[in-house]
Amino acid sequence: MKLTVNGEALEIDAPTLAALLAALDYEGDWLATAVNSDLVHKANRAEFQLSDGDRIEILSPMQGG
Amino acid sequence: MFDLLGTALSSRLLLGTAQYPSPAILADAVKASGTSVVTVALRREMAGGRAGEKFWSLIRSLGTRILPNTAGCHSVKEAVTTAKMAREVFGTSWIKLEVIGNHDTLQPDVFGLVEAARILCDDGFSVFPYTTDDLVVAERLLEAGCQVLMPWCAPIGSALGPVNMTALRSMRGHFPGVPLIVDAGLGRPSHAATVMELGFDAVLLNTAIAKAADPVGMARAFGKAVEAGREAFGSGMLEPRDVAVPSTPTFGKAVFA
Repeated sequence: MKLTVNGEALEIDAPTLAALLAALDYEGDWLATAVNSDLVHKANRAEFQLSDGDRIEILSPMQGG
Repeated sequence: MFDLLGTALSSRLLLGTAQYPSPAILADAVKASGTSVVTVALRREMAGGRAGEKFWSLIRSLGTRILPNTAGCHSVKEAVTTAKMAREVFGTSWIKLEVIGNHDTLQPDVFGLVEAARILCDDGFSVFPYTTDDLVVAERLLEAGCQVLMPWCAPIGSALGPVNMTALRSMRGHFPGVPLIVDAGLGRPSHAATVMELGFDAVLLNTAIAKAADPVGMARAFGKAVEAGREAFGSGMLEPRDVAVPSTPTFGKAVFA
């Protein structure tokens, strides 16, 4: 499946958002996820089915002003 | 104490967390400033969660309240989604809403700002909009549900200080019951004191402290300036006069001529 994760094109077999995070070795309670510009709550990642061409954003806390 | 949307805060200085020379200096500057609110952003996590974790545990150790922001967002959709993501990560409905309209001046897109503010207020957010000193925009933001306004006093990071005192004074006069926080453009402690003397409720700044030669010393200086300005505002300042008025009584003065 072709996905864009944080702006990078990836070819990866990940049926759900939770599976994608695990495959890419993401960890922690401080991550926020969006698919195709809409928030996907942490509680919904396991059921959220990914499709070819999806754009995923994985964000975490960072310095800001 | 300063009551901000039902939260009692011990300081009227809100602090950004970017551009410090090191995490340790950021932590020391936060402590020296006396601030009880820091603003933080969300960015792409490229290290599997480790980068965000390090920063997040530092921020939590400071014990301050968190004001997440949508810094750098240029569209309503971007800002709204970022705000929702921030609420999930930081566990607060407070959001400093930025919708940037111009790359050079970083001035807010006030039309997008009002639209995004309405969406987020309807969704239960407490929106802190980064706006200009325009009164009509301010009214629209209040109509959209905002209970606090954050006008700039100069472009972000410019250190110019208040460039339009008349507009700031007018804003304070028009919205006497609305918490007004000057956000962006402050360069020196005297700038902070000046807007506090006008009756602004608080200031939010970042670059002037983070990029100072000694950020910790500058944080302390800004903390004092904010307090001084607020106390001056509450103490009734003299209006300027065009003539000299002797401060020492003339009554009882000896005559030697």
